[in-house]
Amino acid sequence: MCGIVGLFLKDPSLEPQLGAMLTDMLITMTDRGPDSAGIAIYSRPNPGEAKLTVQSANPAIDFANLDADLGRAIGADVTAVLKNTHAVLTLAADKLDAARAALAEVRPDVRIMSGGEEIEIYKEVGLPGDVVRRFGIDAMAGTHGIGHTRMATESAVTTMGAHPFSTGADQCLVHNGSLSNHNSVRRVLKRAGMRFETENDTEVAAAFLTHKMNEGANLGAAMEATLTDLDGFFTFVVGTRNGFGVVRDPIACKPAVMAETDQYVAFGSEYRAMVNLPGIDQARVWEPEPATVYFWEH
Amino acid sequence: MQTFDLEAQGLRALNAALHALKGSTNQTAWEVVNARGSHAIAVGVDAPIDLTVHGSTGYYCAGMNKQATIRIKGSAGPGTAENMMSGTVIVDGDASQYAGATGNGGLLVIKGNASSRCGISMKGIDIVVHGNIGHMSAFMAQSGNLVVLGDAGDALGDSLYEARLFVRGSVKSLGADCIEKEMRPEHLALLADLLKRGEADHLAKPEEFRRYGSARKLYNFNIDNASSY
Repeated sequence: MCGIVGLFLKDPSLEPQLGAMLTDMLITMTDRGPDSAGIAIYSRPNPGEAKLTVQSANPAIDFANLDADLGRAIGADVTAVLKNTHAVLTLAADKLDAARAALAEVRPDVRIMSGGEEIEIYKEVGLPGDVVRRFGIDAMAGTHGIGHTRMATESAVTTMGAHPFSTGADQCLVHNGSLSNHNSVRRVLKRAGMRFETENDTEVAAAFLTHKMNEGANLGAAMEATLTDLDGFFTFVVGTRNGFGVVRDPIACKPAVMAETDQYVAFGSEYRAMVNLPGIDQARVWEPEPATVYFWEH
Repeated sequence: MQTFDLEAQGLRALNAALHALKGSTNQTAWEVVNARGSHAIAVGVDAPIDLTVHGSTGYYCAGMNKQATIRIKGSAGPGTAENMMSGTVIVDGDASQYAGATGNGGLLVIKGNASSRCGISMKGIDIVVHGNIGHMSAFMAQSGNLVVLGDAGDALGDSLYEARLFVRGSVKSLGADCIEKEMRPEHLALLADLLKRGEADHLAKPEEFRRYGSARKLYNFNIDNASSY
């Protein structure tokens, strides 16, 4: 069991409340996944800037002078906003890849949660309510976001094993289920040049989509390919810079409910995750069909 | 009318109050407000009451129901009316997966669509779905009747025993050992009664349905298959 929530806003007037709405949805899903939680928030970008969200088990040591040290290593300005065990590093968009590489040198123990122009990922071990409070998620604005509450089955309860997984710029994926062919798919993707941080099955699904999109597939086509190439149980919810997608395996054991109004598209593992959304009583509420790709793009 | 605010009073208090109604009671009319997708609403009721739930429900609403008439004024989550013994459950909206699973008796009416595994392992319940049903419905269904006014998904009636399946629309595929069967006068009469009780007699006529049942080829082990094991 795991819990998934997602929100893709169509109405910009709701953007200041995105974090608060996702927080409420995520906490409602605590009993589906009390061991760890994570959330990806996409916010409107500042032109020319990119963000690297990083995590440390020893933030007091690792984050001290991180902005200056990383800036020196890449020869550009870096600003750091510290949020508990995470830091959001802002830098010139064309320095993002250099910063990823330099970080491994200047702070080898720091882990990268996400990178891109819009995405920030926060994830930790613990009750979902405690996790989102540590990062002040409820005060965050954004255009779309995805959250996950984890009940681990396939790998250890660790920060890096929590969802969302991000394997490409501004991309993320969360998963309810378990994959049975992730080792063989991981081998294929490694040969194709993809890099992995964990032994987790979900990271393979994220990397699979990233690889497909790197090859030129759009979000919908990449998600369609999961139905033929990934074996196991899954409900995936996927975020990209401007998109939001949902797909369930053909057996569709893992629950999923969606709601759509003029203001938003929402996803919940259960309907009760969505009961506080504005206008939910008038929303079109449906269960996504098995083996069917749904996606929305701004 | 007993009105119960689920948000204010809590699920355990509701189910405890309903379980306290033994046999005949004069508290026969109940409504539950602020359902908000909660799980296990009105599970294990065993009294001839009429209970209306306002709003959508989560997992297992009306599970193990005996005698009661339970109406859901919204959509219903997974396992609705699971293992119902008697009584009636009516869902105004859609029902999620395995609605009416393992039901022994009574009537389940779903006015919207039911998703996968509707009536899985049903053992005597009657289920009337006004819309469509998803894949693997009536898997290993043993007895009772499943009536579908819309379409059925993949693998309908896989490994079916003696349940009768009536589908008005298309069937995406039949499961192992499930075949179409002749519609005889007694089936038309049965269907007319089910449509009436399922509040669907104004929506469809018995003649518009096809009947599916077990070919009974899986009942006994076929010795010719021994080498496969």
